[in-house]
Amino acid sequence: MSLNTYRAGPDEHGHFGIYGGRFVAETLMPLILDLEKAYTAAKDDPAFKAEMGYYLNQYVGRPSKLYFAERLTNELGGAKIYLKREELNHTGAHKINNCIGQILLAKRMGKTRIIAETGAGQHGVATATVCALFGLPCTIYMGEVDIARQQPNVFRMKLLGAEVKPVTSGSRTLKDAMNEALRDWVTNVGDTFYIIGTTAGPHPYPALVRDFQSIIGHEVREQMVAMEGRLPDTLVACIGGGSNALGLFYPFLDDADVAMVAVEAAGHGIETGAHAASLTGGRPGVLHGNRTYLLQDEDGQILEGHSISAGLDYPGIGPEHSWLHDVGRVTYVSATDTEALDAFQRLSKVEGIIPALESSHALAEVIRRAPTLPKDHLMVVNLSGRGDKDIFTVARELGVSL
Amino acid sequence: MSTTNSRIDRRFAALKAEGRAGLVAFITAGDPDHDTCLDLLKGLPGAGADLIELGMPFTDPMADGPAIQASTLRALAAGARMTRTLDLVKAFREGDADTPIILMGYYNPVYAYGVDRFLADAKTAGVDGLIVVDLPPEEDGELCLPAQAAGVNFIRLATPTTDKARLPAVLANTSGFIYYVSIAGITGAGSATSDAIAAAVAHLRSGTDLPVAVGFGITTPQGAADVARVADAAVVGSAIVRRLEANLDADGKAKPGLVPDVLGFVGQLAAGVRGARK
Ligand SMILES: Cc1ncc(COP(=O)(O)O)c(C=O)c1O
Repeated sequence: MSLNTYRAGPDEHGHFGIYGGRFVAETLMPLILDLEKAYTAAKDDPAFKAEMGYYLNQYVGRPSKLYFAERLTNELGGAKIYLKREELNHTGAHKINNCIGQILLAKRMGKTRIIAETGAGQHGVATATVCALFGLPCTIYMGEVDIARQQPNVFRMKLLGAEVKPVTSGSRTLKDAMNEALRDWVTNVGDTFYIIGTTAGPHPYPALVRDFQSIIGHEVREQMVAMEGRLPDTLVACIGGGSNALGLFYPFLDDADVAMVAVEAAGHGIETGAHAASLTGGRPGVLHGNRTYLLQDEDGQILEGHSISAGLDYPGIGPEHSWLHDVGRVTYVSATDTEALDAFQRLSKVEGIIPALESSHALAEVIRRAPTLPKDHLMVVNLSGRGDKDIFTVARELGVSL
Repeated sequence: MSTTNSRIDRRFAALKAEGRAGLVAFITAGDPDHDTCLDLLKGLPGAGADLIELGMPFTDPMADGPAIQASTLRALAAGARMTRTLDLVKAFREGDADTPIILMGYYNPVYAYGVDRFLADAKTAGVDGLIVVDLPPEEDGELCLPAQAAGVNFIRLATPTTDKARLPAVLANTSGFIYYVSIAGITGAGSATSDAIAAAVAHLRSGTDLPVAVGFGITTPQGAADVARVADAAVVGSAIVRRLEANLDADGKAKPGLVPDVLGFVGQLAAGVRGARK
């Protein structure tokens, strides 16, 4: 990979440096090769781009606004803070950008059944939504533990006509939901398309999801130039698997003056072991089709992640982030449950916007970082989702019964 | 490329000379506990297993059904880890110089152990082959090629999605035997028809002289016999693991009689295989 650009990956084997790859069972290998072929063709097809553009505009409501958060900026007294309002998308998060892209790809490939994994339920809801839109049957795998803490999204998926299959194996959270979706895929190889919800999985998923989410960064670029006449100085996003962060960062990777900060979930604190910070607290391994940083013990057994936010507690991270981490292009930090909860409440009160607990991790970093920067420093934070789904969790944390 | 005259090659040559197919028995290392597993392992050849697949426990067995998932988690809960798996092989080898042992599992525990160190220790312990579910030909540089170089067979899975175009890639760098996964699916689910299996084995034989073993979905002596008529070996995993599970108490501990009961079942499977072509 040439280092004149950070945007050349992955190579033809799906590698970003030593990360990525295609670590899947032989049964799935022909399927991901087909997917790669179909995606390569679709990517350069004007008809595909036009169709995506149509649904992103008319159905999702794009472009999402880049909003100057004046009150938050004044309170923090430093950098000028802009919110990229992905929470205003239909279904309330960035996840739908990717789902529109993948379901159009599924249709192109003649697939007639959709499966997906979900943690917080946002990707599940987005997948169920596009399946309703295109009239395709949809099965969502969700860990039993997550089902219990994300009831509103479970009901939403059912209303949208999806079948939600509780996953009872392993730790009964997102990683197990992904295992179960892979088991379904390996069993239903003929008709089924697996819509992966983040920049993870075997090649070509990490690249494909990144590309579909890159509309976030492309819009920010245009919007910021229109509003401020120049590029932003710092971009901030939270990291579960890494799709909202890469979507924002990717179009700026080669702009050397744009700093990028990604925020992992530190849970109860990195030192407690109860966290989901794969880069800060993990090491390279192989899971779910790719090599990347993973939370694992000495023997290579995968550990459970912990975060107050169900969308962040995945024990891995997309392979491109592992590479960007090692080459130092992106700075990776973490925020605890408590910091995220504080940020959640602060944005609600100061700007009248209730953010998702996932996005609140990015906001926590903004709250730490903005006061140290000059007033002409332009900082963009990806408000990846809205917090309605989290009010029960937050109420419980605050000792309020609803 | 084949690693010639390995223990696996010799075993298949002997089976051919006897004019019969072999039985490959799968158990998970450390299930339900280290000592019981070692007793089982030692008893398998006497019960009629011609080759042994020993599962390397992993928290996230993506290609396995409920029976083997539960088995691998039981083993981990009982303290299984890679060094203990290799200890089992070493202890087995002290009493058996001929029965091939193939370690089967997922890549991450091997990667975490370190590929070179793993191959050296596995070879010393008496491991003959590896089956690593999440290492397709596209990732041969990771473990397959180093294993062949270290004199350990790397056995590839062929599946119903392995068409004519893909078959050469699957066969390249495979040695010991080729393992045909008879259904698109996870371990322990469904089974293929005899006709479908016969056609698939013929398809594989068109591309290789390696022995062909068939597994996934074989649960009875009759099913094993059906496979033994067309393939060089029948692989049974989930059914043996379920038999083990039926011999656990409410706390997941081995009940007295577990070892003879499981070995008795393996004996029935072996009888099916041995009688198949008579
Ligand atoms: C609102 C929101 N933000 C972020 C994430 C984390 O995913 P990713 O890192 O892929 O953006 C999720 C996942 O569920 C989410 O729902």
